[in-house]
Amino acid sequence: MKKLIVSLFMVMMPTLALAAAPSGPLDSMRSDHANKPSLQRGAALFMNYCLGCHSLEYARYQRIADDLEIPADLFEENLIFTGARIGELIEIGMDKRQAASWFGAPPPDLTLVSRLRGDSWVYSYLRAFYKDDSRPFGVNNAVFENVGMPHVLVELQGLCASKPTVGVKPSVEPLSGVVRNAEPCSEWAIEGSMTPAEFDRAMYDLSNFLSYMGDPVKLQRERLGIFVLIFIAIFFVFAYLLNREYWKDVH
Amino acid sequence: MQKLIQWIDERLPIVEAYNKHMGKYYAPKNFNFWYFFGSLAMLVLVLQIVTGIWLTMSYNPSAEGAFASVEYIMRDVEWGWLIRYLHSTGASAFFVIVYLHMFRGLLYGSYKKPRELVWIFGMAIYLVLMAEAFMGYLLPWGQMSYWGAQVIVNLFAAIPVIGDDLSLWIRGDYLVSGITLNRFFALHVIALPLVLLGLVVLHILALHEVGSNNPDGIDIKKNKDENGIPKDGIPFHPYYSIHDLLGVAVFLFVFCIVVFFFPEMGGFFLERPNFEPANPLKTPEHIAPVWYFTPFYAMLSAVTFSIFGLEAQFLGVVVMGAAIAILFVLPWLDRSPVRSMRYKGWVSRLALTIFAISFVGLGYLGAVPVTEGRLLTAQILTVLYFLFFILMPFYTRMEKTKPVPERVTG
Repeated sequence: MKKLIVSLFMVMMPTLALAAAPSGPLDSMRSDHANKPSLQRGAALFMNYCLGCHSLEYARYQRIADDLEIPADLFEENLIFTGARIGELIEIGMDKRQAASWFGAPPPDLTLVSRLRGDSWVYSYLRAFYKDDSRPFGVNNAVFENVGMPHVLVELQGLCASKPTVGVKPSVEPLSGVVRNAEPCSEWAIEGSMTPAEFDRAMYDLSNFLSYMGDPVKLQRERLGIFVLIFIAIFFVFAYLLNREYWKDVH
Repeated sequence: MQKLIQWIDERLPIVEAYNKHMGKYYAPKNFNFWYFFGSLAMLVLVLQIVTGIWLTMSYNPSAEGAFASVEYIMRDVEWGWLIRYLHSTGASAFFVIVYLHMFRGLLYGSYKKPRELVWIFGMAIYLVLMAEAFMGYLLPWGQMSYWGAQVIVNLFAAIPVIGDDLSLWIRGDYLVSGITLNRFFALHVIALPLVLLGLVVLHILALHEVGSNNPDGIDIKKNKDENGIPKDGIPFHPYYSIHDLLGVAVFLFVFCIVVFFFPEMGGFFLERPNFEPANPLKTPEHIAPVWYFTPFYAMLSAVTFSIFGLEAQFLGVVVMGAAIAILFVLPWLDRSPVRSMRYKGWVSRLALTIFAISFVGLGYLGAVPVTEGRLLTAQILTVLYFLFFILMPFYTRMEKTKPVPERVTG
């Protein structure tokens, strides 16, 4: 009997391994929703650079202010640019039909992008723009081929002259000691105001914020989950003792 | 209190009902691990109904508002995220439990005489459950909801002559639309749960009429003491009601790990593309049904050839339907003199093992994109799945069985 159960599990193993199936190689990014400074910086980046075109239409400003521990008045003053009230959903004024004619497709809402594509995808995508004169905006993306979006963060990152590597770890050639792929981008067409390391950190913050956006209740959920599991474990002990008491008479 | 019970009992036989189904329902004393899943299925049914009621309070069944209302539940409704995750995880848990419950039936011959009706009602529950899950899956109105429904409804279109009109009638539109969403909502929250509850009542009434089977597959009613109570039987309440609490605790522990820590279960319980609103103009790269349908989906796509001028797609639908239909006649396919796998011969044991492997294997193949090698594997596993049933009348009759004990063993 036991063998059968074990063999059933063995057969199911490959199914479980398939769980995380990325589309291509990505630079991995581990979100940390407890890192409030990072989320705050990410929120600031989003409101300044992304919100012009991308809404967060299922989320409310107030919730972000509360979760990220930003005082409401500060939040209203510095992070709401649309004239919206703090209790409102984070919508934008851009007309979808017009946007489609500008970009080929309307810029998608980003509330759930991290759950749709994954944190690492968002992180890699944001860092993978490069110069490509054949495209309407003169840029392409190594993660999202022929994307219709311009490189909005060009003033921060600069613009890579050729296709950057994605998901490749730096390696040292054992004989010569030459470091290969130390940086994803080997040559810059435009210099940005940030160093690659600073930009990576900024993009970590931004993708961390989007990860929080997709699943804002994660921290609360996991904290509560611990207590629920402890409760059930204690319940099990009592159920076990009660059961043992009753089953004493069964022979 | 006594007087109240007496007052009611004179008008409604509550004492009799309680005794028949709880206090004096004698269940074999040798239930093992596999016997937890019946009561757990009941627990999850209640959980689904209760969380479902609360979800309907905030859900908006329209093409324009469905997706946003689910996010509204997840973000703005107090504890909405918990209710929704309990419901979405509950759906998968229901199938895990039901599959294990059915496997128990196969293992100990619980479908054999005199429990044929118990099995058939159970199969009907399984069928309704699949319809319930399928329709519920459309409601979040994400990309996978939409395209999954599109694919499944199109299966009906493969039926010759009436197919096109039939699928049109099911959808109520030329493609899955807000009209389809509204009717699926009605069926999901009212029609099918009603049928489901009715069938569960029948399933239990039929079971309590003939009594529970046990891992030894022997009839405990043959050995009664002077009071007419089976010697190997113990009252369901308190013995099994309390015993089941252990199963409930262990189940809830695992269930809550998923709900609180892995609500998407790596894309198996909530699929990634479903975090994008339904878009009739954009087909996802890879449409995979939720895991509990994948075995049948793999069989469907394993049929790639046409016979007698019948289209491959139609044959696939027939194979898929037959895979479920054949389970209904299982009680009459098993000709073994014994019920339990414990006393059946090695051929039956091997057959059941191969069957389990083929089912799980098909489940895996239905979830991943098709390649040539996988297609061939799926075809072989589909044949093995059917051989388990088709050859059953022969191997169960011919194999040498072990002697069955008079009384239950531990």
